[in-house]
Amino acid sequence: MNIVVCVKRVPDTAARIKIQPDGGVDQAGLKYVVSPYDEYALEAALRLKEAAGEGTVTALSVGDAASAEQLRSALAMGADDAVLLKADVGMDGLTTARAIASEIAERAPDLVLFGVKAVDGDQQQVGLMAAELAGLPAASVAATVDVEDGAAVCHREVEGAVEVLEVPLPAAVTVTKGEKDPRYPSLKGIMAAKRKPLVEKDAAPGEARLAVRSLAEPPARPEGRVVGEGADAVPELVRLLREEAKVL
Amino acid sequence: MSNVLAVIELKDGAPRRVANEVVTAARALADALGGEAHALVVGPGGAALESLARHGADAVFDCAHEALADYHAEGYTQAVAGFLDGRDYGAVLFGATGQGKDLAPRVAGRLGLPLATDATALGSESGSVIVTRPVYAGKAIATVAVQATPALVSLRPNVFTPVEDARAGAVHSVPAAVDPGSWRVRRREVLGGSGDRPDVGEAPIVVSGGRGMQDPSNWSLLEDLRDSLGPNASLGASRAVVDAGWRPHSEQVGQTGKTVSPRLYFAVGISGAIQHLAGMRTAGTIVAINKDPDAPIFKVADYGIVGDASEILPRLAEEIRRVSAG
Ligand SMILES: Cc1cc2nc3c(=O)[nH]c(=O)nc-3n(C[C@H](O)[C@H](O)[C@H](O)COP(=O)(O)OP(=O)(O)OC[C@H]3O[C@@H](n4cnc5c(N)ncnc54)[C@H](O)[C@@H]3O)c2cc1C
Repeated sequence: MNIVVCVKRVPDTAARIKIQPDGGVDQAGLKYVVSPYDEYALEAALRLKEAAGEGTVTALSVGDAASAEQLRSALAMGADDAVLLKADVGMDGLTTARAIASEIAERAPDLVLFGVKAVDGDQQQVGLMAAELAGLPAASVAATVDVEDGAAVCHREVEGAVEVLEVPLPAAVTVTKGEKDPRYPSLKGIMAAKRKPLVEKDAAPGEARLAVRSLAEPPARPEGRVVGEGADAVPELVRLLREEAKVL
Repeated sequence: MSNVLAVIELKDGAPRRVANEVVTAARALADALGGEAHALVVGPGGAALESLARHGADAVFDCAHEALADYHAEGYTQAVAGFLDGRDYGAVLFGATGQGKDLAPRVAGRLGLPLATDATALGSESGSVIVTRPVYAGKAIATVAVQATPALVSLRPNVFTPVEDARAGAVHSVPAAVDPGSWRVRRREVLGGSGDRPDVGEAPIVVSGGRGMQDPSNWSLLEDLRDSLGPNASLGASRAVVDAGWRPHSEQVGQTGKTVSPRLYFAVGISGAIQHLAGMRTAGTIVAINKDPDAPIFKVADYGIVGDASEILPRLAEEIRRVSAG
């Protein structure tokens, strides 16, 4: 059972995003992490490998040289090896997906796992695009992934319910938060990660066609108002919602 | 001339509200690009499809097939990609619903086209489609140009207000270019959920609870408030209560949950951590109920009440019922 898990370097979720006058994100003091959903995907992959008792988990990232830091985190959590596909993809999910799909074609893993979305671009598209490009059947938004009789069995979140899908291997799955929290790397894991193989390659996924024209801070919300204290403030709140905000 | 296609999502055989939003946006974009607005329905739409013309579709294409009665990712991808084959569109618009988020990237991958997701505004500049979309979970707003024809875009629900723009748009039946024998993904079963409420990510009114609700048994108070607000209101939750196992992750609002844009959002017993704000700061009107007057949620709320949720919620539901009745 060979599994590839895609991980992305993103700003920490607690980070404040400051836009510089030139339209770029202010990098001063900005901390980067593995995108949270990718950690769930990695956890799912490590558990599948443990359950199978054999196989490999390869962490894969598309990005600049700094993404090696997130691949080392994945290795410290337990991935066996890592690949960094160096490319400047900006916000274009399709070029990212192309880089991933061509690496998948080369490696032919049994399963490719993705976080359902990266929390920087918030696009929720790369996993499914890469699956299409690689010709793999795919399921998205899976809270659990099991392997049974040559198929990935996924419990996926759909509107108000859970859909159980069976996707024959080789397959691609995008993973959401499930019951299993991502493990923390142990000290031993961190030491071992330094010696695990991390290959860097130049990727040529083609020109990005989703071009960012500008980046701005969101408009500030107007200063709110505390209507009052306790249940006695309720009639006034409801009046304001009806007459001022006109939402009731 | 550049026509715009709206891909329609149905529920129980009728276009969903988001479908009317997508048609409305397609109409406006088609006017800007100097073309027609078309609607594509995959699955059994029947008579209900005429309503799409009321929202501005010049033509409605009904691509029904018995195997497409329920959403099937591979089937719908084949149907949409097959429909686009040989047709010339400037843009194809989807709703960024659960279904749209599953379908649009597959169609994009299959056709080798870039996709801009979760748009909150659409425009055009010298013929190319310009999309405004929140990034970093709403902490920044990006304006992107989709340099492809057609430009594939999904639209955030509740942002584009459906307008009536009646057209004489006729419904045309088109064959579905699908081959069910080639589908590899199999649905075993669907567990739980009556699905009678909109998903929190799409609901026009959201009532969210946090750790300040003290105990999962108190959710009945939130349910009662939700019920007082009508069938379009849904429940949400902070991550703290999801992690505690009080609520399912599918209800989580925030950076690692759902992004919501309802016209009315209640945050009850939620402190307002940056990751929570990230998911709901684009709501129309925000109401906060929190016993701590210094809770950060009050900084983004339009209206707040300081106090104990268990005292305020019953009064609030009662008052809303009273004014709605009267
Ligand atoms: C990587 C990462 C991702 C995250 N993603 C998300 C996310 O998607 N969504 C999310 O919500 N959080 C997310 N968080 C967690 C976030 O940082 C906060 O921990 C969380 O939002 C807090 O939830 P809360 O407001 O319900 O609880 P608390 O912070 O405990 O706040 C409870 C609030 O209830 C009030 N209160 C207490 N008792 C009462 C009462 N009787 N009546 C009224 N008010 C009362 C308190 O004054 C307090 O303000 C994330 C964190 C990380 C690190």
